[in-house]
Amino acid sequence: MSHKKNIEQPLSFAFDEESTIQITQTLSKYPPERKASAVIPLLYLVQNQLKRKTDSAWIPKVALAEVARILEIPVSRVYEIATFYSMFNLEPIGKYHLQICGTTPCWLRGSDDIFEACKKATGIKNIGETSDDGLFTLSEVECLGACANAPILQVDHDYYEDMTAEITVELINLLRQGKRPPPGSMAGRCNSAPSNTEAPITEVKNVK
Amino acid sequence: MLSSQDRIFLNLYGQKDWKLEGAKKRGDWNNTKAILDLGRDAIIKTVIDSGLRGRGGAGFSTGLKWSFMPKQQGELPHYLVVNGDESEPGTCKDREILRHEPHKIIEGALIASFAIGAHTAYIYIRGEYYNEANHLQIAIDEAYEAGLIGKNACESGWDFDFHIHRGAGAYICGEETAQLESLEGKKGEPRLKPPFPANKGLYGCPTTINNVESISVTPTILRRGSSWFNGIGRANNTGPKLMTLSGHIQTPCVFEEALGLPLKEIIETHGGGVRGGWDNLLAVIPGGTSMPLLNKETCETAIMDFDGLRSAGSNLGTAAIIVMDKSTDIIKAMTRIAQFYKHESCGQCTPCREGSAWVLKVMRRMTEGNAEIDEIDMLMDVTGQIENTTICAMGMSISWPIQSLIRNFRPLMEKRLMDYKTTHGGTSLIQIPKEAMVGT
Repeated sequence: MSHKKNIEQPLSFAFDEESTIQITQTLSKYPPERKASAVIPLLYLVQNQLKRKTDSAWIPKVALAEVARILEIPVSRVYEIATFYSMFNLEPIGKYHLQICGTTPCWLRGSDDIFEACKKATGIKNIGETSDDGLFTLSEVECLGACANAPILQVDHDYYEDMTAEITVELINLLRQGKRPPPGSMAGRCNSAPSNTEAPITEVKNVK
Repeated sequence: MLSSQDRIFLNLYGQKDWKLEGAKKRGDWNNTKAILDLGRDAIIKTVIDSGLRGRGGAGFSTGLKWSFMPKQQGELPHYLVVNGDESEPGTCKDREILRHEPHKIIEGALIASFAIGAHTAYIYIRGEYYNEANHLQIAIDEAYEAGLIGKNACESGWDFDFHIHRGAGAYICGEETAQLESLEGKKGEPRLKPPFPANKGLYGCPTTINNVESISVTPTILRRGSSWFNGIGRANNTGPKLMTLSGHIQTPCVFEEALGLPLKEIIETHGGGVRGGWDNLLAVIPGGTSMPLLNKETCETAIMDFDGLRSAGSNLGTAAIIVMDKSTDIIKAMTRIAQFYKHESCGQCTPCREGSAWVLKVMRRMTEGNAEIDEIDMLMDVTGQIENTTICAMGMSISWPIQSLIRNFRPLMEKRLMDYKTTHGGTSLIQIPKEAMVGT
């Protein structure tokens, strides 16, 4: 991971107050002698804290040691987890993480076009790179589990569904202006209902 | 067709309130205490009698699985783990339950935990379902607040805690023992069985792992009775099931339908038909990408349930139907599936780790046409050696799609290889350009 380029690693890391409260909540879920179960949640907390503080959701090396210290497990084991699971970024990423599903169901519905549109709109040349302005990182992900709404563009945690190349460009332009449209189907469908049925909305429509 | 009275998921599309108040209006949490008062044995018997087969892919009887747990709790606590690591390409049904019917999961988890003697349950949700996990967390908080779970859940005298554990992007954690490893804070590498989780599962304690959908339908089964459930579908393939239609279909969607209907009818009614009409159909993967594909001819008669698809040469899996029309480059489509499994192999067993990479390499050349006809046989042979030599079912997931491609589309593959040779010249792996001067 980190051998790709020289990354400036921070020299120290400490959980802030918000994270510390969440650590206590997280640890209460597992038996006290099974603290190691919280390694994935704690790595998420590191990533979230970095996102809050620096606008880039990633995990510096020093943080791995801090997680290991809290959970009383070897650092190597935390490193093992951080590299095994694909959602942990071990190098800084852009403010917006554009993740496109390229697996067969999305590919059948034109995910190639979404890749092209993203590259064009952000100026990123290859998958895995960050745009020059530091705003966008483009990744290819494996099946996101929303295949009835393919193709999917995931921005950070939000799924933008039923995408087209035009909407992708529009979305990226909005993000650049700091605007974030509500996620969900971009074709006006009610979640995963068939598009030709009258959206059966009777009460509050919930977008996410 | 499933009649609207027989539908279990009334808020599948999130058109109504998914929170506690709305869920109660749809019948969730209605006198749950009475269900628990039936006692463990009666609950398990009803679920066995209903014929409910696990909805996560393997199709094992949910009730029987519960009955494998030790009857008396020894020194070790029992656990329930709900598998919400939905990652099989084509599948997106559990997502709808998580975000639109979260209370069905919580109620089902309480009942299942009671039936297996567990006071704690975890739900493992794939990391990407961040917003979905938030919905469920809100629902859990509501349930605690209302005394439906927690100490003396539903005033039944049973204490029950329910926690969310989010994954972080690893397909393999959907395999039940890999999921336990991940929950224990390790890499998701499947365990050798035996011991089975019912004896040694989470933290070495007796554990049952059930799919989100299996758990969510049990409260309804217990309310309406096993004969209602097994009256839907065919013998040994009972009940309604959430299915997904994706790919080249007029209206892709998630829907609830009775098992045992013809695949063609399902595609026509729920999906609005194949893009460009039925005659434009090339192939269908009926149960998530790890299942063998079916050609058009087989699709004409295939029945959409466990036994029906098995006799058609595939499997129900997660009932995720991926439709491909004639515009599809089927070899490329299957190569993309091979890429998925290569990416997701945990690397523990050599046949899977090395095999998946090899299969992908060969398939990429096959897509281009840059291969030898013998290599098609070699693919068949090598995948045959991968499929049963791994700890988990991943070996099959790598092999079955490729084998089904060869079984159904071998002439197409051969034609592509021949076309490549015609345009590039030469007959062996070393391609000699046509215009090159050879010999003379």
